[in-house]
This record gives sequence, C-alpha cells and structure tokens, in this order.
Amino acid sequence: MNTELLGPGPLLAARDIRKSYGRGTARFDALAGVSLAVHAGESIAIVGKSGSGKSTLMHLLALLDQPDDGTLLVSEADSTQLSVRQLNRLRNEDFGFVFQQFFLTPNATVLENVVLPLKIAGIGAKQRRARGMAVLEQLEMADKAGNKAVTLSGGQKQRVVIARALVNNPKVIFADEPTGNLDTVTGALVEDLLFSLNQNHGITLVIVTHDPDLAARCDRQLFIRDGREVRSLDTPGVAA
Amino acid sequence: MKPLDLARAAIGNTFRSKTRTTLTVIAIMIGAFTLTITSAIGTGVSSYLDNEIGAFGAPDVFTITKTAEDAAPADEGPTPYDPEKAANGGDGGAQFETPRLTLDDLDTISKVDGVVDVTAVQHLSPRYVEYGDHGKFELLVNVDGVLVTPDLASGRQLEGAATGGQILLVTSYVENLGFADAEDAVGKSVNIGVADYTGEVHEVHATVAGVMFETILASGAAVNNALADELHRVQSIGAPADANDLALQARANFDASWGEERVDVLKADLADLGYTAKTVADELGVVQTVVSGIIGVMNGFAIIALIAAGFGIVNTLLMSVQERTREIGLMKAMGMGRSRIYALFSMEAVFIGFLGSVIGAAVAIGVGTIANGLVDGTVLADLEGLQVLRFELVPVATIILLVMGIAFLAGTLPARRASRQNPIDALRYE
Repeated sequence: MNTELLGPGPLLAARDIRKSYGRGTARFDALAGVSLAVHAGESIAIVGKSGSGKSTLMHLLALLDQPDDGTLLVSEADSTQLSVRQLNRLRNEDFGFVFQQFFLTPNATVLENVVLPLKIAGIGAKQRRARGMAVLEQLEMADKAGNKAVTLSGGQKQRVVIARALVNNPKVIFADEPTGNLDTVTGALVEDLLFSLNQNHGITLVIVTHDPDLAARCDRQLFIRDGREVRSLDTPGVAA
Repeated sequence: MKPLDLARAAIGNTFRSKTRTTLTVIAIMIGAFTLTITSAIGTGVSSYLDNEIGAFGAPDVFTITKTAEDAAPADEGPTPYDPEKAANGGDGGAQFETPRLTLDDLDTISKVDGVVDVTAVQHLSPRYVEYGDHGKFELLVNVDGVLVTPDLASGRQLEGAATGGQILLVTSYVENLGFADAEDAVGKSVNIGVADYTGEVHEVHATVAGVMFETILASGAAVNNALADELHRVQSIGAPADANDLALQARANFDASWGEERVDVLKADLADLGYTAKTVADELGVVQTVVSGIIGVMNGFAIIALIAAGFGIVNTLLMSVQERTREIGLMKAMGMGRSRIYALFSMEAVFIGFLGSVIGAAVAIGVGTIANGLVDGTVLADLEGLQVLRFELVPVATIILLVMGIAFLAGTLPARRASRQNPIDALRYE
C-alpha cells in the first residue's frame, strides 16, 4: 500500500467533501464542498482565516477524520474502503505531522520524542535509536538528543517536531501553522527546512496557514473561506 | 507498539505524577496489607489445626457413640420427656445421657465391613496424682489421649503394648508435683489415687513415660492401655454386675490407607445402624468452620477496602487521561490503534495495583513477623506450636494477582475513555 502512493495519479484527492459539526440550529458547516488533488512531490498551502475550515480540510486529507459527504481518495483508492489498521499504518508510515503546538512529552528526551512514531510502529529499540539519531543529525540537533524536551527553545522544539515527522520517511508532511508559535527569524528557519525537504527529498507538503508569505513559497495555494474554496492559485514560475 | 515498549511506557507514565500515584498506591497498599494479614491469620490458624490433626490425631480411628434416635431437631423446640431414656442419677452425669453402648452394640459394630477392631472407651476419673510426698494434685485423665500423638517436652510416647502402667503428664504438672524439670520427671514413678464404686480410695502406680505440651485436642494426662485397664478395674470394684458392659463411647479402627470417600461410606454404614462415628478431623472441623467464618468476614472487609482503593485508581487514571488528552490524540494521529491506547492505560492501572499490593504484602509480612515474635510466648503461650500469622507463597501471590485484577477492572473505564478519544478533538486548537 505504501509504494502504491507513488503511482501516477494524485496522492490524495478530495471530491466535494463536506463536514459539519453540531445539530439543528447549532449546526456549523466547517466544510461545504471542497475539491482538491495533492500530487506527489508538490507543496500546497491551504490558506484561510481562523474558522475558515482549513484545519478541518487538513484533518480530512490526513485521514484523521471522515467527511460527512463526498469522497476522499488515497492513491486513487476510496478511503472508506480502508480498514482501521490500514489507516493507522498509513498515518504512521506515510504521513508526518507538524502542528502549531509542539506536543512534545516534556520530561522525555529529544530522542525519545523523535522516535515515538517508530515505537508505535513496533520497531526495535536499536533501530529506533539509529534512525532517530540519523534524522537528528540531518536537522543538526544530534547534540541535543539526550536533553529533555522541556529544556529546548521554541525553534529547537519545532525542529524536534519536524524530526519526529520525518523519522518514518513519510511521503507527505502535514503542517498546521508550523510557524505560528515561532518568532520571525526561527519561523523562517523552520520554513527553509520544510521546503528543503520538499525540494531535496521529494516530500510532499500540505501546509495550513494564514500567513500569506509562507503560502507564497508553496507551489500552489488554496484559499478557503466559510468552508468553501474561494480561489486556487499556482505560484508563478512553478509547475504544478 | 511492541508489548514490551507498551509496558515500559505504561510504567514510565505511572511515575509522571508522583504525588498522585503515591497516594493511590498507598490506598491500594492499605487494602493489600489488611488482606495479607487476615489471610495470614487464616493460614496460620488452619495450618495449626491441620498440624494438630496431621501430626497428633490418629487418622484411622473413629470415636463411635450411639445416635440418640429420637433427638428432636433443634428448630422444633424441646424434646418430649421419655422416662425410658433417662439414666440413673448420681455420678455427676447428666440425667439424660447419650444412650450407652452395650456389648451387643460393639459386636454389631465389629461386623461392619471395614471396621478392623472396636473397643469400649471407659470413663476414667482418678482422684489425684502424687510424686513422693510433694503433695496431691487433682488429675484429669483424657480418655482420648491415645487418639493423639502429642508433642512432647521430654520422654517418649506411650507404648500401647507395655504391660506396666505409663502416663504422660502435662507440662503444667511438672513443677507442682516436685520435679526439677520435664526431663527430671521421665521414668519416675507416681501414685494415682482412684476411688472404687463404694468410695474407697486405692493407689495405683504408674511410670511417667514423658511430659507433653498441652494441645487443643486433648487436655489432661494421657495413660496407656495397661494403666487405663488398671484404673478401670479399680474404679469398678463393687460395681453392679452389669455396669461394666456399658460405655459411652467406643473406638473403632479402620484401614489407615483409606481415602476420604471410603471413610465417608463407612460412616454412612454406621449411621444406618444407629451409630455416630467421628474422626479427630471431624471434631476439629467444627472449630475450623468457625475460624474460617471469622477469617472470611475479615477478608470481606479487606476486599471492601480494596474496592474503595479501586475507585482511587479510576480517579487517578481519569485525571491522567484528561491531562494527556493531547498526547493521546497525537499518538492516535501517528497511527497508534485503539487497542494499544487501551492497553497502555490498563497496564498503568495494573502496575499501580502491582506496586500497591507488593508493597502492602511486604509491609504485612514485616509487621506480621514482628507481631508473631511479640505474641508468641505471651498472649498465646498456651497454644504451643501456633504461629498466628503464617505467610505462604500461594496466598500472598493470590492476593497480589487479585489486587492486580481489581486494578485492571478499575482501569477499564479510563482506558476506554482514552481509547475512544477522537484525535481531532484532542488536537484541535483553532
């Protein structure tokens, strides 16, 4: 299933997906029919204000939730046909997550935090360590491997989070406001890191943001307002 | 996630909130401590009783009495008066005694399949015992003495075949009779005063074979057959001719290798003929039932304490699930299955139970050992060989497993809640 993700069609495709929360008068349509295709190797920004439904869209694309209506294809296979186990494996092995908040276990070491996905995958301690160190090496954080996560600065924490997202060699990284919690300088560093992964390692990026500068660095932007797609832009000079 | 990693993570999580875990563990500990103590008392007392039966009680002997045929069941009020049942007055006995066994009865019993040998048990009531001229002391002879092989302070057991009279004295007699110690008494000759039917006192000589510790099975001195016969002979001087044919009890031997079932069959056979047959174990059974009843009630209280502590675990873990909502969400987002999340929290509960029970049991064993030392030789000095608190591997291990089981049950609610958490709700911060 994992290798199939590199097939010719889009990695992920959403067709007219809808999602609402609550009932009756309290009903809130988070997504009111959005279609989107994410191709291997591209970077795509989902842009919108708070409450626009952009995070909901990402959650649906990342298979963290099911749409109420519409279809969601993973490598051209209907996501509803996948078993819970397959979904879990897909998220564990092919997806990496970077959130605005770090969700690091404060009293665990950097290395322990980074190898959590490998631990969940059931990989042995020795290999976990080797792969965790390799990815920390890559992000120039190897010297902090033994430090407790709580002792790191914001930028360092976000790097650890990216290392955690990378440790399983994912095909897609979903980043929800990856720089939202960082100052401009460290934010820019984290951005550089994400785009270099995209360019040098062919990792597909799906970035949710309200920051137009970050969105502009992506190959494509999808603007969302009130749960609807308002426009889609291809960044000039970059082929989709 | 591999089971080992899961277990490690669960144990690690337990220590994240140390104060909370410690308090919960203490609650569990108290329950486990109480349960360990009560079960140790149960084990101690019942193994004491078992020892008494096993080591001292003859396993192949019945004490047989004639069943009172028309004894009214206890719940039907008093038994109607029947002049034919009444025994003659006098001799300090009750006026309605258990029906006596006659020679015919003994004959009938001896013909029952499985009975090897049957003898009438004569009631022996000597007046006193005396050593040299150190004074006379009342002597209580236990006719069941031959049923047991008592624990001796010195000397040897009675010899059934010996032709001379032998007696086993109880430790408390040694000093009063004028012996230096138990060792000193062995082999000495004592005089036993016994009255005949007309009241005239005769003296019978007996050799002290040994000195025994008091047991709950038989209080009073034990005498060998030769001495018993002699005492009975003297007692019966001047008695009416037919008096000797009567006995309250008879003793029947059966094959010692018999299992419980065959003994039960034999008992039933005797019951059909109108005799009540009891082994030493049967007689102690009553005591054991009472003791296990009391222990059962105490165990019940300990288990109530444990159940209360179980709610402590529920509380602790619910708080933990609440605190770790995001972590759970993250793990689920990263592909951790529901069952693994469930297992993670269950294991945490079981580990808390394990900690509490092991510490509780260890403290109980420590305290119990000290208490045994204090009680032994003071409060319970009369019951030699009784170790009140007895800690054995199987009951202690059972308690630990039981507590872990309760902890697991307590963990199901929080673990379920954790496993059902929606990763989106957990991670939402828009």
